[in-house]
Amino acid sequence: MKIVQRYRIFLALVFVNALLVMVNPEVGFASVENSLDNMNVIFMTLPPIFILLGLLDIWVPRETMIKLMGDNSGLKGIMVAFLLGSVAAGPLYAAFPIAGILLKKGCRIANILIFVGAWSTTKIPLILFEASSMGWKFMIARLIIDLPIIILIAHITERMTNDQEKAFIYENAAKCN
Amino acid sequence: MFTFGLYSVASMLLLVSFIKDRKKTSMAIKKAWKSFENILPLFLSIILIIGIGFSILSPIIISKLIGQQSGWIGIIIAAVIGSVTLIPGFVTFPLAASLLKNGAGLTQIIVFISTSMMVGVVTAPVELQYFGRKVTLLRNFLAFAFSFIVALILKAVLES
Repeated sequence: MKIVQRYRIFLALVFVNALLVMVNPEVGFASVENSLDNMNVIFMTLPPIFILLGLLDIWVPRETMIKLMGDNSGLKGIMVAFLLGSVAAGPLYAAFPIAGILLKKGCRIANILIFVGAWSTTKIPLILFEASSMGWKFMIARLIIDLPIIILIAHITERMTNDQEKAFIYENAAKCN
Repeated sequence: MFTFGLYSVASMLLLVSFIKDRKKTSMAIKKAWKSFENILPLFLSIILIIGIGFSILSPIIISKLIGQQSGWIGIIIAAVIGSVTLIPGFVTFPLAASLLKNGAGLTQIIVFISTSMMVGVVTAPVELQYFGRKVTLLRNFLAFAFSFIVALILKAVLES
């Protein structure tokens, strides 16, 4: 029963999709196909990501991560965040569990948000793909414009979050992970 | 290709970890599984929402909505569509290229690309679990707003 409880939203959506198949088979089956495609991607890319997450959590000490991406990491922290996010693969929502581990390890919130921004827009496999469909000029120009904007978004978000809210986020991450 | 690289790195590190310390390695795997299982119901739900949404909103409908003559309204529609649909990156770009060919406007397409990459309305529940309400809202709102700026600059650069 506990499993049904945890998966209730998913089960409800399966039901909605089944209804869609009955009402409009064309759209319904397109949706099923779409979801299966995406699940394929998920189950292909997520295992190594989560293995890396597990290894990071167990092997890399908190002090190391604080030095790399903590409050006083400065430019180094920004660069490490971009690097971590850019070598990623997988959809954006896979970045959040990793962000959770980084929070637990005491990384600075702005740097974690840069990591999330990099994961969403400067992922290397993605930008190579972008160059092939939109052209190199488009890709390079977008990249140059996006880099400062990612940093800006991260820092504005951090600055608008007060200490109490930050403490809550860190506590929550320590609890969840 | 890239997935292959990811698997290689993960399995290599796993092997090194195993040689160095078996107990820690099994802890790491348990941790990996726990984190994965923890977030799996949300992931699966999101995939279905994307599947259903994407099948209803077909590319033909989208390119009609964000045509070259659609102006600011088209740009805003593009931003909203980009925000609520979570299309995998390797679909976004070919889709954007074909929308352009079908008569969508450049600014609209750039806004669509930016928001679809950075803004995640459907995935907000996952983000909320880790970042809480305020940071999630702020990050998504700022990403939404900045997408317009990206589009204006990028369009100017591309047309110069």
